[in-house]
Parts: sequence; C-alpha cells; structure tokens
Amino acid sequence: MKRTLLAAAAVLLAGCINSGGACAADKLKVGFIYLGPVGDLGWTYQHELARQALVKEVGDKIETTFLENVPEGPDAERAIEQLVRAGNKLIFTTSFGYMDPTLKVAKKYPNVHFEHCSGYKRDKNMSTYSARWYQGRYIQGQIAAKMSKAGVLGYIGSFPIPEVVSGINATMLGAQTVNPNIKVKIIWVNSWFDPGKEADAAKALLDQGADLIMQHTDSPAAMQVSGERGKLAFGQDSEMIKFGPKAQLTSILDTWAPYYIERVKAELAGTWKSEDTWGGLESKMFEMAPYTNMPDDVKKMAEDTQAAIAAGKLHPFKCPVVAQDGKEVECKGGDHLEDTQILGMNFYIKGIDDKIPGK
Amino acid sequence: MGLIEAIILSVLAASTPLLLAATGELVTERSGVLNLGVEGMMIVGAACGFGGAWLSGSIIVGALCGIVAGILMSLIFALMALGLAVNQVATGLALTILGIGLSGLIGAGFVGERIAPAPHLHIPGLSDLPLAGRVLFGEDGFVYLSIALVVCVWWFLYRTRTGLILRACGDNHTSAHALGYPVLRIRLYAVMFGGACAGLAGAYLPLAYTPFFIPGMTAGRGWIALALTVFASWRPARLVVGAYLFGAVTILQLHAQGAGIGIPSQFMSSLPYLATIIVLVLLSRARTGGSTAPAALGTVFVPDR
Repeated sequence: MKRTLLAAAAVLLAGCINSGGACAADKLKVGFIYLGPVGDLGWTYQHELARQALVKEVGDKIETTFLENVPEGPDAERAIEQLVRAGNKLIFTTSFGYMDPTLKVAKKYPNVHFEHCSGYKRDKNMSTYSARWYQGRYIQGQIAAKMSKAGVLGYIGSFPIPEVVSGINATMLGAQTVNPNIKVKIIWVNSWFDPGKEADAAKALLDQGADLIMQHTDSPAAMQVSGERGKLAFGQDSEMIKFGPKAQLTSILDTWAPYYIERVKAELAGTWKSEDTWGGLESKMFEMAPYTNMPDDVKKMAEDTQAAIAAGKLHPFKCPVVAQDGKEVECKGGDHLEDTQILGMNFYIKGIDDKIPGK
Repeated sequence: MGLIEAIILSVLAASTPLLLAATGELVTERSGVLNLGVEGMMIVGAACGFGGAWLSGSIIVGALCGIVAGILMSLIFALMALGLAVNQVATGLALTILGIGLSGLIGAGFVGERIAPAPHLHIPGLSDLPLAGRVLFGEDGFVYLSIALVVCVWWFLYRTRTGLILRACGDNHTSAHALGYPVLRIRLYAVMFGGACAGLAGAYLPLAYTPFFIPGMTAGRGWIALALTVFASWRPARLVVGAYLFGAVTILQLHAQGAGIGIPSQFMSSLPYLATIIVLVLLSRARTGGSTAPAALGTVFVPDR
C-alpha cells in the first residue's frame, strides 16, 4: 500500500517541474529524472550537485530541467516522456529501476538521447553509466581492518542484490589483506532509506561487539549513532562528516559531474553515441572523501591502495577469489574476475560467516 | 551495558513513535472517523518539529511545533471529511500525499542541519541501577509521555462520560445525534487529538530518534501505526502490547541477523503486518462479545437539516 501511495505522491510531485534559466530555442535542453528529493543528502543530492556543476560549466549553451521524487517502475515512463515532450534532447535517468521505462521511451523517440544510470540494457540512443564503487569498498576494508580493535566490522546492507554483495566481498578482500581473521556482521534493513531503522541496525551491530560501521544505505543515521557512541564509520554516497566529525574515516562520493559534462559536450558537438561506461577511480567516476580520524600510516596505506587501483596495478577481485564454500571462483577476466562476474555476484567470499538472505 | 538492556532500550525508542501515533488514531477511529493520513501528519510534524527545535534551540518548542503542525494537518482532513462529508478514505490518502510533499517544502531549509537530541532522564542512584535502572529511569521524556498518554486515553474512554459519548458517536452516530450529542463537533475534537498525537510522533523522530531531518524520514511508520490500531482491536491496553511487540520485532530481527541466526530478514520485516492480518482473522472468528471495530467507522455523517 505504501508503495502505491508513494508512487501516487511522486506523480503529483513530479508535476512541479523545476526549470533552470529562461527558455531559449537554440539552447540544448537536458533533462534529469531523480529518485528522491534533491535534499536527500545522498544519492539524488549527488546527481543534483553534478547537474549544478554541469550548468556552471556549459550553462550558456544548455538549459536543464529535473523531475524529483519519480518512483521507479511504470510510472517513471510518463515522467520521462514528459521531459521528451518538453523538448529535452538528452535525458539522464538516475536510478536502476528506470531501466525498462527508459528503454521503452527510447524506442519511441529515436531522435532523443538517453543516459541510464546503473542498468544493463542499452539501445542505439540509450547509454548506460555506473561507477566501480567496489574499488572504494576495498580501500575501506583495508582501513577498517587497521582501525578495528575488536576485529569485528558491522555492515548495514540495503537489499541483497549483486551490487551490495560485491561491495561486501570487496570490503572483506581488502580487510583480509590486513587481518586474515577479520570478522563481519551483516544486517539487512530491506530499505535504501529508513533513518530510524538504519540507526537501529547500527546500534544492534555495536551492541553485538562490532566497533566500526560500514553502510550500503543512504541516510547519515548510522554515522550519527557511531559518532555518539565514540565509534568509527564510513559514509555513503556523499560527505557525511558533519554527522560524525570524530567518526567518519572516509566516504565513497558519487561524482557524476565529469561524466555529465563530457556527455553533454559530446551531444553539443554532435558526437554522442550509445556507450556503456563503468568508470572507477581512474576516471573519477567516484572519489574518496578525505581520509580522516586515522593515524598517518593508515592514511598512507589507503592513499597507496587508491593510487594502485587508479593506475590499474591492483584489482580488488584479483584471482584467486575463494568463495565461501572453499571453491575457487572461475577466473574469466585473465588475472581478475570479469566485469560480468562482479555485476552478477551472488556469493560471499571465504571468511564471511553468514548467508545471503533467500539463498 | 548488557546486551539485553541495550535491546530493551532500542525497542522502547523504536516503539514510542508507533505508540504515540496509534494512540491518536485510536481515539479518532473510536469516534467513527477513519483518518488514513497518519503518515502525512507525522512527516509534517517531523519537519515542523525539527524546524522549531533548530530555530529555538529547545526540544520542547520543537515538540509543540510538531503537535501544532499535526493539528493543522488534521483540520484540513476535518474540513473535507467532516465539514464537506467527503469520503474519508480518499481524504486520508490525499492527506498523506499532501503531507509528504509539504514536509519536503517545509524542511528544505534545514536538511543537513543537526540538533542535540532530547535529553534522557537521569536520577542519581536510580538510573544507575543494574539492568532496570536505565530502562525505567533513563529514557527521554517522549517515552514516559507516550505511556502516560495511553493511560489517560484508557481512563478517558472507559471511565468518563465524555469518553462514553465519543464511543457512542463511533458506534452509532444516528442514535448519538438523536440523543442530542453534537456528533460532528465530537468527531472534530477526536480528529484534532489524532493529529496532535501524529504530529508529536513525527516530531519524536528528528528530536530524539535520529536527530536530523531528511524528507521521507517517517518511512512508513504512519502505516504501521494504522495497522497497530487494528491489531489492538481499538483497545488502549492492547495498543501498548502491540506497539512494543511491533518495536521488538523490528529490533530483534536486526539483532538476529547480526548474531547470524538464519531467519530471512524479509520475513521478519513483514511480521508486524502478518500479525495484524492474523489478529483480524482471529477477531472475526471469535466475535462473541459485541463487535470489535467501531460500528460507524469510516461512514460519513450528515446531520438532519
């Protein structure tokens, strides 16, 4: 019931179109579809920051529009079409659940270009883009193993989908390079965004002996709980140090701006073509927030690892990767797992004493 | 602090917004009005409550702002559902949708701001007692208030004449009207009380639970409060049991996962709703001593002209 209601709410809200700048016929119109409100301090907020950076860079040649609070699923189709009808020629749909709606609209309007975030379906006029966040999680794993006195990490998961599972694995692969006996406790909250529940999950993890919190959910609640309890934590999506000045070690920051600017410039130059972009530290598709609240040697280790990953010298999923059952995972990508294996990851690596829910 | 004590503290905190909101809804529904806008009133209460506390620096001012915001929201509902006799279900749903949008607008200015959370009671000696000390004497004011409120509501509904009249309006508005009771005015007060409670419940979230405001932070708790009212079969004592049970399920499932107990978390998350359905089935089967739901619940009343 809640879903339908939120959907209905969003349709109403989607009616409020925020338009930037005056209407000029010769300007390229660029549209954005957002999942949450721009003030969510997380996922949508980072896309909005990138849009603002885009306007700053090429604002004289383009006009941008965004629709916020657009629910995933069939309703999104109407919102996307609304942008097309308003004359937008390049449209960014910024959540996984917009995949099929975007594809449908893309087929209907072959002359409009679409950019879909974090999906896997493409078309002549529909590109996809995402970031290799697992690289950042590997670095966080190393830091966590150094900083945890108890040797027990607390991990708050949203949904047991491959992106989150590969994040947990990358974290543990990093952590095991520092402490082979590191343990992780995982709690799924079955939501991307429920501050109360995220805070409760953080409390439960800390109460059960974990002394460092990592999250794959969107609100700063867990960071705040960690700070109050004098424990350490990693942020998610955006800078969360305000909520835990003495707690945040670093945070994976979604930085979409360079990509958005590049794609819009390509569109302006008439060189846009459908592509699949999965960028990492090397292409600044995401960044690490400053390394704080840690001794210099840990900071240096993190920076070295970051540099090695960015230079392509280190792959978090370098072979051999041993699964939970002790069997080595088939190495399809030469000396590391192939991208499709990471994108579809549905197993835990050895050293994680837990089960993926529903498996 | 032992693990059990920690769990009980978390359960109390998680249950309090549910208990507050459900208490208000119970009174509203007992007067015969079904207000499905709890989630909307809560989220506006959260935005205004945080705003008030942030601007004034006082948790009490924040709580009052939340209450006033909840009442104002409920007045919109009252105008439509009581004044214009519009369908209550549709009005309630619209109120939720309105509330979610409105709260984002109100809260836009304070997203990302922080406040100090509501202080916890500390009685030297008592609060430091092992196990029960923190649980009984170390909570924030909202927790005690929610329990006091539900006791008052029980006393009001079952031990006062006004409470009896309110229940009469909920069970048979035509008879109540025939006896000369101002049905619509009584319902208006009940709706406003429900709004005040929902607003306070919403304000509890950014003032004590997670001390910051983000749009959508109620995350469906208003709907759980509605389910809770049904679960309690519209009785205050059962409401307390239900609220703490719902809170306990939420917290215990998190702890079960952390401890590696292999119950699917999705199943645990759905338990409160499952429990509500089971209670509904049991109630309808064991309908021996009078009906459970207020008989006139959700029906529009237009006095004879």
